[in-house]
Amino acid sequence: MPALADLIEADRQVEHHAPWPRAVVAPKLWNLAVEQLANGRWNLLGLWGEPDKVHMALLDEALDIGVISLDCRGGRYPSVGQHHPPALRLERAAADLFGLAPQGLPDTRRWLDHGQWDVSHPLAARPGGPPAAASYRFLVAEGESLHQIAVGPVHAGIIEPGHFRFTAGGETVVRLEERLGYVHKGIEGLMAGAAIDRAAKLAGRTSGDSTVAYSLAFARAVEAALGVTPPPRATWLRALMAELERLANHLGDIGAICNDAAFAIMHAHCGVLRERALRAADAAFGHRLMRDRILPGGTASDLNEAGADAIRSLVAEIRRRFPHLVELYDNTASLQDRTVATGRLKVELARQYAAGGYVGRASGRDFDARRTPGYAPYDQLTFDVPVLQEGDVNARVWIRVREVEQSLSLVEQILGRLPAGPIHIDLAVAGSAAPREGMALVEGFRGDILAWLRIGEDGTIERCHLRDPSWFQWPLLEAAIEGNIVADFPLCNKSFNCSYSGHDL
Amino acid sequence: MRKLLFESLIRPPLTERAPQVSDAAVDELARALDGMARRKLGRSLSIRAVDAGSCNGCELEMHALNNAFYDIERFGFHFVASPRHADVLLVTGPVTKNMREALKRTFDATPNPKWVVALGDCAKDGGCFAGSYAVVGGVSDVVPVDLHIPGCPPPPIEILKGLIALLDGANGNARKSQAGTARA
Repeated sequence: MPALADLIEADRQVEHHAPWPRAVVAPKLWNLAVEQLANGRWNLLGLWGEPDKVHMALLDEALDIGVISLDCRGGRYPSVGQHHPPALRLERAAADLFGLAPQGLPDTRRWLDHGQWDVSHPLAARPGGPPAAASYRFLVAEGESLHQIAVGPVHAGIIEPGHFRFTAGGETVVRLEERLGYVHKGIEGLMAGAAIDRAAKLAGRTSGDSTVAYSLAFARAVEAALGVTPPPRATWLRALMAELERLANHLGDIGAICNDAAFAIMHAHCGVLRERALRAADAAFGHRLMRDRILPGGTASDLNEAGADAIRSLVAEIRRRFPHLVELYDNTASLQDRTVATGRLKVELARQYAAGGYVGRASGRDFDARRTPGYAPYDQLTFDVPVLQEGDVNARVWIRVREVEQSLSLVEQILGRLPAGPIHIDLAVAGSAAPREGMALVEGFRGDILAWLRIGEDGTIERCHLRDPSWFQWPLLEAAIEGNIVADFPLCNKSFNCSYSGHDL
Repeated sequence: MRKLLFESLIRPPLTERAPQVSDAAVDELARALDGMARRKLGRSLSIRAVDAGSCNGCELEMHALNNAFYDIERFGFHFVASPRHADVLLVTGPVTKNMREALKRTFDATPNPKWVVALGDCAKDGGCFAGSYAVVGGVSDVVPVDLHIPGCPPPPIEILKGLIALLDGANGNARKSQAGTARA
C-alpha cells in the first residue's frame, strides 16, 4: 500500500508549493491514487482544473496531505468520479469552466453552466461561443404512483437559491436531486490576474456566513506561497474571530433547526444569543460579520480593552443562558420526536465523501482541520472535537451544541493569552523569479475549507481555487433524505445547512 | 420550558426601545411607519426576499430583523413565502446570469402595486463581482428598482431605515404598471 508522500516523491515534484508537496504525475500514478480513493484508503480534499491540467488534493491514511496534477492532453483525463463518486460534481464543474473532458465520467450534464453565460468554458485558454441551450434532464425514479415536486430556485424563506427535485411516493421521498449553480458569480475567473488585496476581498465574499474562515484560508494560502508568517498577535486574533463566527453560526443553526420543527421558542432565544455574538464582534472588530478583517499578512483590526470586554460579557451571557436552552431541547419530547432518527446519514457515506464539519462528525468522521493538519494557534489551545455515530438531525444538533461549548472555552483561552505586538506585516509580493504556490485547509463552522493558489512573478493571483465544505455535503443530503417524509426535508436541510454561494462560487 | 417562559415574562423585553438620544433610530422608524403604513397599506407591508446571487451575507442580516432586538413585525413588515403575497421584493446580490430569469419571473408574479428594494452593495451595480462572465450586474439591470440600501452587508438597522424611506418615497407613488421606470 503506497503512502501519498512516496507517490509524490516518485514523480516530478513542483518546486514552489507550500506547505504540502505537489507533483505532476503520469496517468499511471494518477490512476493509482484514484484506486486508493475508491477503496476508501484515502480522502479526496479537492479537485480543480486549469486550462491544461487537473489537480487533486488528497489526504492519506497517515493524515498526510499532498496534491497531484495531471497534464490533460487534448483536454482529456481519466475521470476520478467514475470510481469515486465524491469527485463527480467537481469534475462536472471543471468541465464547465475549463472544457476539461473527464473520460468515463458517468454524468456529463453541465453543472454550473446553465446555458446562460455568453461563453462556454469561460476559464479555458480559448473560451468558446455560447453553448447550445439544453434542458436539464433530472434523474428518473420509476414506480407506481410516484409524483414529482419541484422546489426553487427561489425558495419560500430567506434562503439562497437552488433547485430541489423530489420524487415522492405519497409522503415519502423516494429520490431527491439537487440542481445548483444559480449563484455562480465566477469568483475564480475574477481572481485570475487580480492583485492580492482584491482577491482577498473576493475570497471573503465567497460565502457570507463563513467570511472569516474564507479570508483566513485565503490569507494562509498566500502566506504559505510567499513563505511568510504573520505576527503572533494576528494569528491569535484570527482564531478569536474564527471562533466568534463559529459561535454565531452554530447558535443561529440550533435555533433554526428547532424552528423547522415548529418549536419557535428555541429559535427566539438562540436568535438573541446569535445577535449578541454579532454585536460583540461589531464592538470588538468593527463589523458584525467581521468581513475584511483578516488580510494576507495579518489582520486589519486590533482588539482593544473595550472590545475584549464585549467578548467577555458575550461569553458570560451565553454560559448563563445556553445550558437552559440545551436542557429544553433535550427534554422536549415533541421536538425530539422530529429530530431523532430523522435524516440519518450513514457512517460509511460520511467517510467515503470525507464530509467535514458537523455533517461528518455527527456520522462518525473524526476530523477537524484545526487539529489535523492543524494550524496556529490551535496547537497551543485545548479543545475537544465532538464525534457521534447516529448521523441523524439530532446528532447534528448535538455536535453544534458541543462545539458551542468548545468555542466558548477557546475564546476564553485566547483572550487570556493574547500576545502583544503588531497585527500585520507587509508582504513583498512582486519580483519573484518563479510563480509560487500555496495552500491552506481551514476549519470553518461548516467544515474544512480548502484554498489553493498560485502567485505569478508579477505578484498577482494567477489561479485560485476555493473548495467549500458543501461540495462533499450536498450530495449526502440527497442520501440522508431518502425514505423520510417530504415535510421533514426543511429540518434535514437546515441540519446540513450547506452553502449555495460557497459551492456555486 | 415553563421556567424559560416565566423568566421571559418577568424579564424586561430585549426589543430595542428608544428614544434615547444616542439610539433613537428604531423609535423614529416606529413612529414614522405608524402613520405612513397605516395610511397606505393598512399597517402592513409584505416583503418577499429574493437572493439573486448574493454571498448570503445580506440574508443573514435580513434574518436578524426577525430577532427579538429588531422585531420587524411590530412595524407591520412581514416576510412572506410567495411573491403573490408581496408588496415589496427585497433583492440581494449581484444578479447572476443563472438567476436572471428567476428574478424576472418573481417580479412578474408579484401583483401591483409593488416596489423593488435592492439590498447591499452588490445589488447596486454588481459590487466587486461586476464584470464577471457570470454576472449581469445590479438589480436595476433586470427589474426596475425603487430604492437601494447600501452596505456589505447593511446592518439590520440600516435595512429598517431603508424600508421606511421606501414608504416615504412610495407615498402615493406605487408603480401603476410593470413598465414603470426605475427611481433608485
